[in-house]
Amino acid sequence: MHIPDKPTLHKAKDPHTELADHHAVDHLKKDDHGHDHGASHGSVKSYLIGFALSVILTAIPFALTMMKVLPSQMLVPVILILGVVQILVHLHYFLHMDTSSSQVWNNAAFVFTAIILGILIIGTIWVMTHLNHNMHPGMMAGGMG
Amino acid sequence: MSSPVAELHEDPLLRFIFGKLDINSVPWHDPIIMGAGFGMVSAAVLVIGLTTYFKKWGYVWSEWLTSVDHKKIGVMYVILALIMLLRGFADALMMRAQQALASAGGAGYLPPDHFDQIFTAHGVIMIFFVAMPLVIGLMNIIMPLQIGARDVAFPYLNSLSFWFTVAGAILVNVSLVVGEFAHTGWLAYAPLSGIEFSPGVGVDYYLWALQISGLGTTLSGVNLIATIFKMRAPGMTLMRMPIFTWTSLAANILIVAAFPILTVTLALLTLDRYLGMHFFTNDGGGNAMLYVNLIWAWGHPEVYILVLPAFGIFSEIVATFSRKRLFGYDGMVYATMCIALLSFLVWLHHFFTMGAGADVNAFFGITTMIISIPTGVKVFNWLFTMYRGRVRLELPMLWTLGFIITFVIGGATGVMLAIPGADFVLHNSVFLIAHFHNVIIGGVLFGCIAGLNYWFPKAFGFKLHTGLGKVSFWCWLIGFYVAFMPLYVLGLMGMTRRLSHMDNPIWQQYLIVAAIGALIIAVGIAAQIAQIVWSVIKRDELRDETGDPWDGRTLEWATSSPPPFYNFAVTPAIGNHDSFWDAKQTGQAYVQPESYAPIHMPRNTATGLLIGLISVPLGFALIWHIWWLAIASFVAMVGIAIAHTFNEDRDYYVQPDEIKAIEDARFAKLKTEA
Repeated sequence: MHIPDKPTLHKAKDPHTELADHHAVDHLKKDDHGHDHGASHGSVKSYLIGFALSVILTAIPFALTMMKVLPSQMLVPVILILGVVQILVHLHYFLHMDTSSSQVWNNAAFVFTAIILGILIIGTIWVMTHLNHNMHPGMMAGGMG
Repeated sequence: MSSPVAELHEDPLLRFIFGKLDINSVPWHDPIIMGAGFGMVSAAVLVIGLTTYFKKWGYVWSEWLTSVDHKKIGVMYVILALIMLLRGFADALMMRAQQALASAGGAGYLPPDHFDQIFTAHGVIMIFFVAMPLVIGLMNIIMPLQIGARDVAFPYLNSLSFWFTVAGAILVNVSLVVGEFAHTGWLAYAPLSGIEFSPGVGVDYYLWALQISGLGTTLSGVNLIATIFKMRAPGMTLMRMPIFTWTSLAANILIVAAFPILTVTLALLTLDRYLGMHFFTNDGGGNAMLYVNLIWAWGHPEVYILVLPAFGIFSEIVATFSRKRLFGYDGMVYATMCIALLSFLVWLHHFFTMGAGADVNAFFGITTMIISIPTGVKVFNWLFTMYRGRVRLELPMLWTLGFIITFVIGGATGVMLAIPGADFVLHNSVFLIAHFHNVIIGGVLFGCIAGLNYWFPKAFGFKLHTGLGKVSFWCWLIGFYVAFMPLYVLGLMGMTRRLSHMDNPIWQQYLIVAAIGALIIAVGIAAQIAQIVWSVIKRDELRDETGDPWDGRTLEWATSSPPPFYNFAVTPAIGNHDSFWDAKQTGQAYVQPESYAPIHMPRNTATGLLIGLISVPLGFALIWHIWWLAIASFVAMVGIAIAHTFNEDRDYYVQPDEIKAIEDARFAKLKTEA
């Protein structure tokens, strides 16, 4: 258990480096097309754009709700859509996801997450709507099917 | 009531210091609880005392408690699971005894209030603190070895995950003595678990124990996925990974996808209980059925989180002990991933009777039945692997054969329950209890014990004793059938689950048989403990110097037993998924390289241990509303985590001369063996 006098390999400072460093061979191969640790980390400008967009996308639903400009049937879908847009903004500007080939695993994980979320949200709405419909006081008798 | 709801302290200062906690929170007058508490405390004192007496604190601290070595963390997970198995099984024996005594109008020995806590604690402990640590522990020990890695991707995170799990287990055990545990059943259905119907601290113990250990599980899932994706040996493409690594990958993807659902659901229930919100209440716009919906959206993937790694273990064992390549490797991989995805599409089958109607029930009934297809593929793959193989009936193989038969029966009753019409009759009966014990004992538990017997020599360098292992196996197998087959019958006779008192002499005879079955399993567990103790005593006779006691096929058998802390002196290159077997056939195994390169390794750290242990007072303070302690603990945890980021001395290089010394010793031993 010694520390080398003259470290020949570079010293790992962050866990990401530590992660891939175990396999120097793997590491070298991947560095060729440089996609090891999730591409870029963004610039100040991209963070500011993301921040501004997020603020705007948050302000709009608040404004719409407080000023009561839309009927409530319209309001809820609009808030939901703006929420989804904001998720995409976060993914792009803060988590640096894009469609480049270096992002295959990130994108695969994202698609998987979207599928699971879709199943869960759509499934829950479907289940609970049917439940509410069947459990409506007037329908009790035939509800259980 | 053994543990009444505490009166709040009158004095504001006392209320500030102790929250809801007072001297009467401990049920001093209850002999069963005090006896169990005394037992736990004396066991802890004994362990601490022996460690001090033999002056082993330095060793325990530096080699185990602060270790970030995946093998040692894995071993500690398994030890935690085995200790908690004793607690969970004691609960099971108490329930079986109570039902056998109190089913023909007798009083039994447990008041309903205590019985409710016991069945809740049994379920929570067996799933979260026995099955999960066993599975995660085995994944930790073996998976990095199978892919030729030197540790997991984030070794410190791994230690943190483990200590969070320990913290959850400690909270559950504290609830036995201080206060009470939930009376609600293992999933704490709302509105029963709401503040209106469960005003005591039982549900709060449940919530915080699961939140803390669940956090550990989620982090562990992230860690192991990163390990599998990023740290495979050169040449090991995804389709060359051993099946156990594949099933670990599937299980960890499920952990990362499903555990956040549990976290959110429990957080919403916490908001209901602590801040008077109305997510799951009967009034104020809440909907208790949404709780049931959400908890099972986590709960069903959870069963596959447990059973998929078990399937992986059986696949490795069947191939090794049949001396054949696994039949249908590709089919096994696709079946695993198929099950992983389908596990998210079936959750409603846990509450067909809720009243969502025929369309919804039909959809979820059919998706449930579809899962049996990839599962069936796996069963046939195991059978075809054995077909014309040279099957050796060693202990791991015995457990595997017991599993195949038992699990197929459990699967068949599961498909019965998947028919909504049948489920309306069988729902909430002990038929269901028999079914899920059939698949969880027959699948998960048999799998983990098979894995323990199979990989024990890898982890410790000596085999487990065969004779005692066989006693354990036959007691478990026979005991299981004697204990649970009567429950199938009772379920069809109409007995519902969780009954503390009944008056039906016909049921009683079946319940007595079931209690005898539980006692046979108790003998099996005793034999297991004896097996481990005896094997440790006789370790020199059972020792294996080759590192490959079973003539194995996958990479974990290529290194010594126990493996050196760096696992592999030289990162192996992989040709296919039975790479070690092929290397042995072509004479490329056991060839010592000319020279060694420095190996990069992580340093031990106490950070994970400290943060994990401080989460115990955090949870305890939140449960008892001791806000100053909660804030102080939380600040301490965050402070330690931040302080850790300034620690730059996290890694080091093992020098070639040290590696050479270790490897020379190993190859010298191999020569004397040969």
